[in-house]
Amino acid sequence: MTLNVVLPQSSTKVRATALDVHYGDKQALFGVDLDIRAGEVTALIGPSGCGKSTFLRCINRMNDLVEGARVSGSLTIDGSDIYDRTIDVVQLRARVGMVFQKPNPFPKSIYDNVAYGPRIHGLAQDQAELDDIVMTSLEKAGLLNEVKDRLLETGTSLSGGQQQRLCIARAIAVEPEVILMDEPCSALDPIATAKVEELIDELRENFTIVIVTHSMQQAARVSQRTAFFHLGKVIEIGDTEQIFTNPQQPLTQGYITGRFG
Amino acid sequence: MSEHTVKSYDEELAHLTNILARMGGMAEAQLGAAIQALARRDDDLAQRVIDGDGRIDELDQEIQTFAVRLLALRQPMAGDLRQIVGALNISGEIERIGDYAANLGKRCLVLNHLPVTAPVAGVVRLAELVRGLVKDILDAYLERDVEKAIRVWSRDEEVDEMYNAVFRDLIDQMTNDSGTITASTHLLFIAKNIERIGDHATNIAETLHFQILGTQPKGLRPKGNTVGAPE
Ligand SMILES: Nc1ncnc2c1ncn2[C@@H]1O[C@H](COP(=O)(O)OP(=O)(O)OP(=O)(O)O)[C@@H](O)[C@H]1O
Ligand SMILES: [Mg+2]
Repeated sequence: MTLNVVLPQSSTKVRATALDVHYGDKQALFGVDLDIRAGEVTALIGPSGCGKSTFLRCINRMNDLVEGARVSGSLTIDGSDIYDRTIDVVQLRARVGMVFQKPNPFPKSIYDNVAYGPRIHGLAQDQAELDDIVMTSLEKAGLLNEVKDRLLETGTSLSGGQQQRLCIARAIAVEPEVILMDEPCSALDPIATAKVEELIDELRENFTIVIVTHSMQQAARVSQRTAFFHLGKVIEIGDTEQIFTNPQQPLTQGYITGRFG
Repeated sequence: MSEHTVKSYDEELAHLTNILARMGGMAEAQLGAAIQALARRDDDLAQRVIDGDGRIDELDQEIQTFAVRLLALRQPMAGDLRQIVGALNISGEIERIGDYAANLGKRCLVLNHLPVTAPVAGVVRLAELVRGLVKDILDAYLERDVEKAIRVWSRDEEVDEMYNAVFRDLIDQMTNDSGTITASTHLLFIAKNIERIGDHATNIAETLHFQILGTQPKGLRPKGNTVGAPE
């Protein structure tokens, strides 16, 4: 695998400009402008219903699958518009992986969970190469040692924290450029959470990561940049340290100190 | 700032401010009493200042314990975080001010029992100036008044200038009348301690600025010329 490209810091990977999202009559995002930098972890925080997941789903066009959802404005990855008609959505989702709140391994073996993506995208020439991809991905997800003797057991037989790392292994197996995580630790205990956070920190060398979290502490621990959403708008984005020690907007201050929401 | 969703958190933050206010008031009173003891050669008062310092140390301990508890249990962020860390800081500064006041009391007792005295008026004037700064910075803390804090901060220079003048006068005093060397030396140390109290007031001003605005005061810290004065 060729995961060891170190990304240049501070270059924009994903850029949203004047992004609006409607679900039927209801508008969920209002003119969102947001730059996500390559090789960094960007945390999205904000009260329930403010549009974090909606924004995340724009980046891999998951909203296309939602009845009545309309996206307008522009969203680019490496400068090219991902809502362009010529874009192959399946290909896009290989470039932009996603990890969900609840670990959702397929009801297949641990091996097949990870091999699934590379198989459908034809990333391996032969069995040996596929084996290599699976092992490397499990290794990078920090799970290999725990599962190397039970690769043929079902993914669902793992603990919650292991399942989540399996989902991360599955996501990175197709060598995405961007990984989206929607509250990836909310079902995990503190130790499993710490392992996933450690993993996120390691992954950011090679991937651009966007994580939605309700834990201020988690956002503070894992991200370099933090964006605060409120009622479908981006209120403030800045270096994580600044957001958590000296936010500039009263709404941000109010939210992160637990004064509303 | 508006209220927390969790009420008890607000109460705890208010509690922290209250202890600090009490502690500040006590340190200011200790300093005032020490100055009076010096001006009036009052042994009893000096002794009371010495005995009173323990109470300030206790409050400092109380603040340290309470603040650490808040940090652990509430995991404060942004303005709250700055408020708590600031309280820890300011508590330490006030504790030092208390120590210096007690030290003043001790030297006062010594001075009062020396066979030869030296004039204390200059040192007392310096002490009054510094006491004014301490009072102002504690008011600024309670009123969360950044402007007032900055005014205190920029007056540190005034303290340094007066300290230098007092220092020169005491040297002259010793040169002219070698009989007063012992008394004047004690007064030199007292003056130095008072000047230090002024520095602590300045530190509190900086912390307050950070607490309220999240930044340090702009520009270089004002510093009078202390060349030729002992550190
Ligand atoms: N499939 C949908 N159909 C209709 N409305 C939706 C849909 N998904 C989300 N919404 C609405 O869009 C708004 C933003 O929802 P979104 O899920 O993006 O919020 P969120 O910030 O992720 O919240 P949470 O923190 O609770 O996950 C909400 O008002 C929500 O009700
Ligand atoms: Mg969501």
